[in-house]
Parts: sequence; structure tokens; C-alpha cells
Amino acid sequence: MTPGPLLEVQDLAKRFEVGGSWLGRHRRVIRAVDGISFSLEAGETLGLVGESGCGKSTTGRLILRLIEPSAGRIRLEGRDLLGLPARELWAARRRMQIVFQDPYGSLNPRMRVGQIIAEPLAIYHDADAPARRRRVSELLELVGLDPAFALRYPHELSGGQRQRIGIAAALALDPALIVADEPVSALDVSVQAQVLNLLMDLRRRLGLTYLFISHDLHVVLHMSDRVAVMYLGEIVELGPRDAIHHAPRHPYTRVLLSAVPVADRTLRRERIVPAGEVASPLALPSGCRFHPRCPFVIDRCRVEAPALREVGAGHRAACHLI
Amino acid sequence: MPPLLQVEDLVTEFRTATGPLRAVDRVSFTVDRGEVLGLVGESGCGKSVTSLSIMRLVPPPGRITAGRILLDGEDLLVKDAEAMRQVRGARIGMVFQEPMTSLNPVFSIGDQIASAALAHSGGGRAAAWERAVEMLHQVQVPAPRERVRDYPHQLSGGLRQRAMLALALISGPRLLIADEPTTALDVTIQAQILDLLRRLQAERGMAVLMITHDLGVVAELCHRVAVIYAGRIVELAPVERIFARPLHPYTRGLLRCLPHPRRFGQPLHSIEGAPPDSRRPSAGCRFAPRCPHAIESCRRDEPALEAREPGHLVACPVTT
Amino acid sequence: MTEAVAVGAARPAIARTRRRRVSFRAVFGITVLLAIGASALLAPRLAPWDPARQMLLKRLRPPAWEARGLREHTLGTDHLGRDILSRILHGGRISLLVGLSAVALAAGLGVTLGLCAGFFGGRTDAIIMRIVDVFLAIPYILLAMGVVFALGPSLLNVILVMGATRWVQFARIVRADVLSIREREFVTGARARGNRSGRLLLRHVLPNALTPIIVVATLELAFMIIYESALSFLGLGVQPSTPTWGWMLSDGRNYIATAWWLATFPGLAIMLTVLAVNLLGDWLRDTLDPRLKI
Repeated sequence: MTPGPLLEVQDLAKRFEVGGSWLGRHRRVIRAVDGISFSLEAGETLGLVGESGCGKSTTGRLILRLIEPSAGRIRLEGRDLLGLPARELWAARRRMQIVFQDPYGSLNPRMRVGQIIAEPLAIYHDADAPARRRRVSELLELVGLDPAFALRYPHELSGGQRQRIGIAAALALDPALIVADEPVSALDVSVQAQVLNLLMDLRRRLGLTYLFISHDLHVVLHMSDRVAVMYLGEIVELGPRDAIHHAPRHPYTRVLLSAVPVADRTLRRERIVPAGEVASPLALPSGCRFHPRCPFVIDRCRVEAPALREVGAGHRAACHLI
Repeated sequence: MPPLLQVEDLVTEFRTATGPLRAVDRVSFTVDRGEVLGLVGESGCGKSVTSLSIMRLVPPPGRITAGRILLDGEDLLVKDAEAMRQVRGARIGMVFQEPMTSLNPVFSIGDQIASAALAHSGGGRAAAWERAVEMLHQVQVPAPRERVRDYPHQLSGGLRQRAMLALALISGPRLLIADEPTTALDVTIQAQILDLLRRLQAERGMAVLMITHDLGVVAELCHRVAVIYAGRIVELAPVERIFARPLHPYTRGLLRCLPHPRRFGQPLHSIEGAPPDSRRPSAGCRFAPRCPHAIESCRRDEPALEAREPGHLVACPVTT
Repeated sequence: MTEAVAVGAARPAIARTRRRRVSFRAVFGITVLLAIGASALLAPRLAPWDPARQMLLKRLRPPAWEARGLREHTLGTDHLGRDILSRILHGGRISLLVGLSAVALAAGLGVTLGLCAGFFGGRTDAIIMRIVDVFLAIPYILLAMGVVFALGPSLLNVILVMGATRWVQFARIVRADVLSIREREFVTGARARGNRSGRLLLRHVLPNALTPIIVVATLELAFMIIYESALSFLGLGVQPSTPTWGWMLSDGRNYIATAWWLATFPGLAIMLTVLAVNLLGDWLRDTLDPRLKI
């Protein structure tokens, strides 16, 4: 085991160009992810939360180099992922896997469940056919499904079952890091609980490390050890779960906490009704990106973008007011 | 005073290749003037079909096959098409989940709202336009006089939903049916819309039938709640009682499987199994296969929705 | 893990309703095609006469049920005394052979280029699509004429020409489908699990693009048969000694008024085959699509 964090991300950025003519004029740039940094220790779960357009899903894919970053550094187990030649990147993929949001689109409809799960084993020559079959059964049981499901096609299964298969496929190569991109958002509440429990169980049993991405703040707080809050491509606050939950420092975090409806009338909460719309990444506000919607905005916020600063043990926030 | 809306033993079926599917199976509830009733359940439970039935907008091959729907004492199910058209918009307004598909993309929102105003109350075009601007102002659309000319695709999700609300409320309906109006929105926008709904509802003394899968939304907005499972109401109670003392095992299960701020990190309770196939309804209680308290009689006899305490109805003979 | 087993054993929440209605189109199409295919295969056995045998004493005899018809020539004879029925059976072999080969060639070329254009995008896509535009701009008959003049009329050249002009139909359809397939999450997931581009294309993208390919292939088969007939009719097809339906049509042109059976029966054969193939294609499109739509 290499010392140091399992995953280190520094100044990661991704720019998309849109519109404009063939010749390149009038092309606008969307800074989907604009210079974020964080690290993940082995065995911990970092939650990445934010609303649409904040860049959290893009971040997940950047880390796995499923989308190519525009800038920044990514180190997985001490190895620089961005400098890797194709062959070594392919080898490195064994250590990092992803689980998707959409149980209906994330499995190849033309392949049987067993084939989907066994495929990575075949590609990496990990096992011969009989061994692969055994491993598939093992993995299906691990995610709480009958091994007989290996013969079915995805369309024969429910959303929750398909999500479990997505998880099983991600576990096939025994990865160290799993990026979970909204893994339960498309599921009914009762099924959501089953899958979340499964993820927690697997984390404990297999010593997994999760980057847990979701727009649902409660789910993120439930699953994570530490939480990073993203807004318009930047991390605005990062800290231990309890600190974020009970002592949020960034106004956006406070707005989020206040906005999430709670199924409990006895809970006392801060009430801040946020103003305005979620800003468009095409037209970023000056200074602090949150200033047009911030209930506590001062003049400085419109002009100068705040930097992430320590506000507690392992707790950082980017706001002029702290 | 009689309730504004009374739904009695409503049955809505869909004809399928393998037999009729009862999406709504003898559902009964009332909505009083000025109150917000939440209809909550997971996907496929029949809550949306219920709301469409009330508006008589159930798409074929669906049909309402039994029951009565009384609006101010009048049975909507015996009205003809023209009369129903008058009801929709003028007496019942409806807001849907996905405003992009429920707003006409080729007309400006002003056009659509003004047309609705004209359809139900006459007057001139100019007056209708003014009312549209005023309505947009009431739903807190910034710069309404400029925005009124915008097309739906030019608006953000939150603004579109506000436009939908304006469209639904322009003719002053006494009842608003809101079918998952905030599900597709970001959470901060959802908070704004819920806040707006609360305000509008209080100001106008309007009744709201709020359909949602989100118990949090129910807690924020509703006075009373009906929990639906497999096309039947399993529990109906004031909102504080539902959260403080849920009686039906399904309601309890639902509440316990949500991540809760006091219990972050602890394993969640989950409900075993999956919702039943409505094409082959089994005998007895629909929830019995998944219920931790099920006894022999549960699989035989379908439990009736009964008042366990005044105002609190439950369809379960077992729990206390 | 009892909860897990219960979940696993529970009836899947999604029940697939399989429609067991038998489609008339499908039955008709498949039956006719099978009949044509069988007779083409067995032509040497089934044909009562050698198709090239000229029996000048019996030239221009009408079909057997007509007054001057002969029983041993069911569909009559042509201007050289050759048995029409035998020529149709043997001609069917050629027409189907040419049709199927040309479709295979067009599909092979078109699907490969369409996959690459759709999947890799950018420069590759631009170049391939410009080539497609060029091919679409030139009338295929002119193209065929040019090639056949240059290379000479032979069975192989005809197949090559037809395949090389019709590949664009496949390329466009496949490219369009691939553009949407490559965005689907299972493709990203497959990439994350070690699939590299080549394998992704072959194992994940292509199988999901099969529906339109199959449908276009059946429609193109119908087209190829007519295409070959047109080429033969224009004198650009295979050698005149080998009877193809197109040649027979062309030959029979001059005798339409006096000996209608020379052109009519090959024409009917073409029409029947094309109809059957089209019906089959329609039915395939209907059955394959909804099942793949999740």
C-alpha cells in the first residue's frame, strides 16, 4: 500500500466549448469544473453535493478519465493518472470504477447479466471461464441477488435489481475506489434504502473508498464521512459530515440545508429562502459566484472571489464573511 | 359546510393485453376548502392516475369505471365534455411535473396565460394580457412585463413552473391539483416554489391536492395526508399524526427508510420485496407480502379503511 | 441475508408482455421468400429444361393454358425457343445471388464506415460524411454505367458496383444510431471496465445498432433485385447468356404486344420477391424495435 491519500485531486478543471462557427469565432466556454482540489483517504467516503450545473457528475467522470480534464492533477494510489500512456491507464482502470444513476441506461440491453459482470474479468484475463462463472455468482450474492439472475437480461429486472447489477459489475475487478454518481436518485424511496444499505455494507466488508455524488443532501450526509459542496464548478465548502451538518459556514451550504424538505415536523432548522435562479455556467457572476443569490452579500463579494480558507479542523469554506 | 372535493370509491382501470389493470381501486377522500391534502406514494401506486381521473384526463386505454367525484356537490363524472372544459381551469387548476411538456413551446407564456383568461372569463385581449402580467407578478416572476413575452424554452425550470402556476391560477380556481410540481427542480428552487404555493394557498383560501412521493414535501406543505399503496389508500390522517404516530406498516416503513438528520450514518430500515403487479391482484391486503406484522387473516381479507381515531383512518387491523 | 434472497426471488417488478399475435405480413413474406429461395437453390433439379437450350421449332409459344400453348412449357417459350419457366428459376438464382452479395458488400462497407463516423466523430466523421455526400450526389445508374464500361460487364463487377454505390444507405443510418448509442451510460460503463474503442464498437455499440441495420438490409435486398434488373435491362448487367430477370425483361420488351409472357413472368417474379422482402422488412422493424426499447 502506498502511503498518502488514495486519491489526490489538484486544481482539476474541465472546459467545454459551445456554439460558434466552424472557424472558431464566437465560441463560448463553459467552465464545468473550475479548479477544484480535494483528497480521499483509503476507506473513507467523500460526498460531493450540489445542484444541477455545479460540475459534480463531470468531476466523477474526470477522475476516472472517462472525460479528459482540461487542467489539473489526479493521483490515484500515488500514481499520476494524467500522464499515463494508454496501456497503463487501461491497467489503472482496475483500481477505480463507477456506478451510474440510471438503472435503465447503464446496462447493455443486449447482454445477459452474467456477461455484463464477467466482461471485465475476461478483458483483464483475470480468470478462465469456469472461474469467471464462479466469480459472477459470488458477486451476485454479494449484492443480494440470486445467482440465477446471471442468465437474465436487464429489461427483465426492476430498477433496484439493475442498480445492484451495476454495483456488482463495478466490483468485479476488486477496485479500491468507486465513484457513485447519483446511484439512488432514480429509485423509489423504499428501494433507495435497500441500495444505500447495500453500499454501506459493501464498504465495510470490502474496505471500499467512495466518492459519493448526489444532489440529495440528506443522502449525502447519511453516507459520507466528509462532504464537499459544489456550486458552479467550484468547491465552496469542504469538511467533516457533522461540521457541515451542524456548523455550515458557507451561505450556500446553509441555504441548501434549509431548503431540503424534512419528513419530520419536530425538527428545528434555520429557514433561509434562497433568492433567484441557479446561475448559468455560461454567464458566471463576477467575484463570488454565489453573490447574486446570497442572503448575506456585501460589496466585496461582487468584486473579489473568495478563496477556500480553514475554518475548523479539516473544514474549509470560501466566503468573505468568515 | 360540505367539503370542496369528495372522491367516493373511485375506480380507474386500464385495458391491457393481459387483462384490466386497476390503477385506482376504490379510493375515497375529501378535500376541504382551503386545506392542502397530500397524496403520497411511490411510483406506480396510482396517485397520478387519481389526479388525472378527477380532471377526467385519463389517457386511453384508461377509463374511470366506478365511483363519484363531487366538486361542490356536483358529480364531475356525469358532466359532458363541454361542461368539463368549463370546470378545468375555472374551477380546478392543474400543475404538472414537467413544465417543458405541459407548456406549449410555440406560444409565449403571455399568450397561453391570456388565452386561458379569455377562455374562462371573456373580456378583451388587452385586459387578458394585463391580467397575465399581474399573475406572473403574483407568482414572483421577476420583471413580469418583459418576461411575459418569453417562450417556455427561454425560461429556467423554476420560472417555467411559476408560469405553469400562473396558467393554472389565472381563472381563480378553488382547487389546485399539483402533480409532483417540484420533483424535477433543484432543491433551492423547490424551496422557493413550495414557499410560493404556501403563500398563494393561504392568500386565496385555495384547496390544494398535492401529489408527491416526497414525504418531506408533505411535511412542509400539507394539512392532511393520504398514503396510497397499490391503488388503495392505506392511511389518511392530519400531517402531524402521520409523522408522530404512523399506524399503517407501509407508512411506518416509508418513514423509517428515509435518511434522517438525527440518524445519519445508521443503517436504514427498508421495506422487503417490491410493489405488487396490479394486473394480478392477490386476495387480502396488498401489502401483506412485504409486511412484518402480517397474520393469516391479512392474506385473506382485504382490510377496510377505518377511523382508528377521529380524523385518522387506517386500513390495517393489526397495528396499534 | 434473508432479505437479499427474498429480493432476488421476488417476481421482477417489470413484467414483459409478449404479444403472441401472428402477423400476416411476416408469414406471407417468409413463406414466399422461402419458396423463392428453395426454388433458386433447387433450380437445376426443378427446371424441366436447360435454360440456355434453344428449341427454335417451338419459339414464341404461349403459356400452357393458352390455346397454342404446350404442356411441356408451362409458362411458354421465348423468341429463341427457350423455356420461360426454367429461365425464371435459374434467373432467380442469379438475381438472389447478386442481390444478397451486393447487400452484404454494401452493409459491410456502410456499417463499418458508419460506425467509425458516428463513434469517433470529429475529423473522421467529417471526412466520411463528405464522401457520403459525393456518392449521394451522383445518380447511381450513371455511376454503374461508368464502372461497367471501365471494367467490363461481369457478375462480379455488377455486384461490386451495386455494393459500392449503396453502402451510403447503411452508413447514414448506422451513424445516426451510433451518435445516440455512444452517449448511453452503458457505453461509458463498459469503457470504465476496460473496454477499449475497438471492443466497445464491436461488443457494445454494434449489437445495439443491429435493428436499423437488419431493416435496411431487407429493404436494400429488394432494391438490389430491382437495381440488377435495371442494369441488365440497360445492357449493363451480366452476360446475356446467363438469364437474369432483368435480362428477360429487356429481351421481352420487343415482344410485349405479341408475346406478353416473355416480359410479364419475370416482372411478376421481381414484384413478388420485392414485395415479400419489403413485408419482411416492415415486420422486422416492428418486432425488433419495441423489445429493444427499454
